[in-house]
Amino acid sequence: MSNSKEFKELLTRDAKSGKLGRRDFMRYAVAAGMTIPLASGLWTSEVAAATPKKGGKFRVGVHDGNTSDTFDPGTYQSVGQIQLAHAHRSYLTEITPDNGLGPDMADSWSATPDAKVWTFELNKNATFHNGKKFTAKDAIASLNHHRGEKTTSAAKALLTTITDIKAKGDHAIVIELSQGFADLPWVMTDYHLVMCPAKSDGSIEWDTMLGAGPYKIVNHEPGITSTLVRNEGWHREGAYFDELELLILNDPNARQTALITGDVDAITSVDLKTMALMARNKNIMVENVASGSAITLPMFCDHAPFDNLDVRLALKYAIDREDIVKKIMFGTATVGNDYHVSPAMPYAPTDIPQRPYDPDKAKFHLKKSGVGKLNVDLSAADSILPGAVDMCVLYSEHAKKAGIQINAVREPNDGYWSDVWLKKPWCFVKWGARPTPDNMFTLAYKDNAAWNESHWQNKRFNELLLMAKAELDDTRRAEQYREMCVLAKDDGGTVIPFFANFVYARSKKVQHGPSLAASWELDGGRGYHRWWFA
Amino acid sequence: MGDILNIVLKRLGLGLVTLLVISIIIFGAVELLPGDIAQAVLGQGATEENLAALREQLGLNRAAPIRYFEWLGNAVTGDFGRSLVSQTPVSEAIFTRFGNTLFLALYAAIIAVPVAIFLGVLVALYRNTVFDRVANVVTLTSISSPEFFLGYVLILFLAVKGGYFPAIAKIDDGMSLVDKLDRTFLPALTMVLVVVAHMMRMTRASIINLLASPYVEMARLKGVPAWKVIVKHTLPNAWAPVINVVALNLAYLVTGVVLVEVVFVYPGIGQLLVDAVTKRDFPVVQACCLIFAATFILLNLAADVGSILTNPRLRHPK
Repeated sequence: MSNSKEFKELLTRDAKSGKLGRRDFMRYAVAAGMTIPLASGLWTSEVAAATPKKGGKFRVGVHDGNTSDTFDPGTYQSVGQIQLAHAHRSYLTEITPDNGLGPDMADSWSATPDAKVWTFELNKNATFHNGKKFTAKDAIASLNHHRGEKTTSAAKALLTTITDIKAKGDHAIVIELSQGFADLPWVMTDYHLVMCPAKSDGSIEWDTMLGAGPYKIVNHEPGITSTLVRNEGWHREGAYFDELELLILNDPNARQTALITGDVDAITSVDLKTMALMARNKNIMVENVASGSAITLPMFCDHAPFDNLDVRLALKYAIDREDIVKKIMFGTATVGNDYHVSPAMPYAPTDIPQRPYDPDKAKFHLKKSGVGKLNVDLSAADSILPGAVDMCVLYSEHAKKAGIQINAVREPNDGYWSDVWLKKPWCFVKWGARPTPDNMFTLAYKDNAAWNESHWQNKRFNELLLMAKAELDDTRRAEQYREMCVLAKDDGGTVIPFFANFVYARSKKVQHGPSLAASWELDGGRGYHRWWFA
Repeated sequence: MGDILNIVLKRLGLGLVTLLVISIIIFGAVELLPGDIAQAVLGQGATEENLAALREQLGLNRAAPIRYFEWLGNAVTGDFGRSLVSQTPVSEAIFTRFGNTLFLALYAAIIAVPVAIFLGVLVALYRNTVFDRVANVVTLTSISSPEFFLGYVLILFLAVKGGYFPAIAKIDDGMSLVDKLDRTFLPALTMVLVVVAHMMRMTRASIINLLASPYVEMARLKGVPAWKVIVKHTLPNAWAPVINVVALNLAYLVTGVVLVEVVFVYPGIGQLLVDAVTKRDFPVVQACCLIFAATFILLNLAADVGSILTNPRLRHPK
């Protein structure tokens, strides 16, 4: 019996991946002892449903869109902008559904052994929506939009090590770096780095909404709605829907009502409190995708009492992460282990033991630290994450059992990033998912990073960071990142309670492949060209 | 009649002064908010360098009074400037949105005002009966509940469970009027429920007040039926306070709909204002607030003119 089950699974898998046609599928299935109706039913339910087909208007309720959202890639920030960007524009590379790296506007890439000079071969068939060919000039202008003295781009910091970008013929670009950087192709998936047509002066044409993505915009009202139609000249497979409609639905209730009443086919975010009720609806599928988006609680390592390693450890042992995931996130999060690499990220170490909630150990470290009574403030605001303040209160309850007094401080929502983050010695932070460990560590853990939010200085960590940056051998890199994670866990100043999942929902009429990318909502923002109507 | 024209002109002049004062207050308030537009636009991704670059680009480095007077100079000539964030003309952004808001307000008003006055007359006629009590309790309950709650209740029963009306009130220019009316029925109904009580109770109160006057007594004594006493004898004299309340509620329909817009995802001006405030987009905030202020000023003026016109004593002052 188990054999036939395995065989059935094998058969369906091969059929789904296209290795097996319907005729062969039926023949093998019947040969394996299935009746014809059963085999035929299996084909329609499992295989045909998983085969993409064209057609339909895919309507999506998107959260976090504003009237003030523009098309300037340098100021992309809201979820609405990021989702639309993935629908109508394209990137050099993409995060694949299984969280690997794949080609998009660039077909392939290679580096010199020191990882200092990268060559990206561009797709020769790619065109912009107005029919203009995509060339090296466009790629260079698009990247340069985020570089140089005058840029206002938020992605500037990502590209600071680039010293020069040159064209090699019409369909290749060469990027020179001041230091080796093995992750450059990953960085190209950053949501700011869309490809736009170049103007003659080397700047980009961003205000015309032109892109080279799977869909082109036919109507756009900022903060309200965007309508798109398929770009028939798109250079890749996919884009099954004929039309897209992205409705900005900022109110969680409006979003869910719209999905339930069938006004939209998918929504980008589900209110966690009502998630369970929604999942009961037979026509709706709630997707719960582990992501690399971390909640961090950085303590200033050069500020008393956090300058004492034992105090930091005491606080790390005094938090019950599972309880927080259960009560604050309703189970839609992955427990953190005080290093900023989520299981959804490449090079994620799998063998580092999970730090438990252990009040006795916390007491032990507190005693060892010699600070006596520990009474600290933890700042948070609900605009960062709904329930942020509640989480801090819950943490302070956990810590009480270890004799530690944590005061949860509610800060104003406005100006949190400018007045609290990087200013208060201990606060609540939410990070968007970054594609690689290097990206995250360089941004927020490197000794001299502008956003080194915990003021952490660890010589070995920084040495390893530089070494791993230019290391093209994957096994060795993975080892280096593992060691860095251990250092962050045991010496660093950041408590990481959990990685938040992306929780979104779709109508069961909408189908997708076997896995979902973890970089953004809706399959990394690429459900628009990967998904289809059954 | 000349007096009325005089009053209108005087009031309009004062209204302009009020608008000027309001614009100063709004500018000051936006300046006082923590953080600035550069930070709001770049968010967590901001570094000192690109904040400085963006401020330079938007001209935020100049002193506040200079920026204000520059804006004022342009505004006086009818140019409300460009949105600092999207760089599109403010008038363009506001035009359709304000049109949508007016459409919804008008829709609600066309239902609410006749219903309220009719109900007001009825409850005055049948005062202290069960009908009066029920009407009062129902309208008072609806006015006492927050708008968004009323909206959610209506969505639950009329959209999700009943499926009679759409829950999302997205409208666009391509829709026919019937479609638009259908799409926006629930938000309009929510607003009707919010404003009816006030107008109805004022109608009832002012009619009942007059029912004690000697001339009503006289009418009754000569055998005029009860409904005629109310409609022909008392209502004309009750108009003044009713018009005032109606005007106030109309102003509320235009300016107080932010929550209703959010709940029903209606693309009106309230949502625009909220977005603009979070981004510190001063020209847009300023323009929205001035529109709201002007609405109040004009409707108040209309209310005063209306009560003068309905009151012969005020029409012919000694």
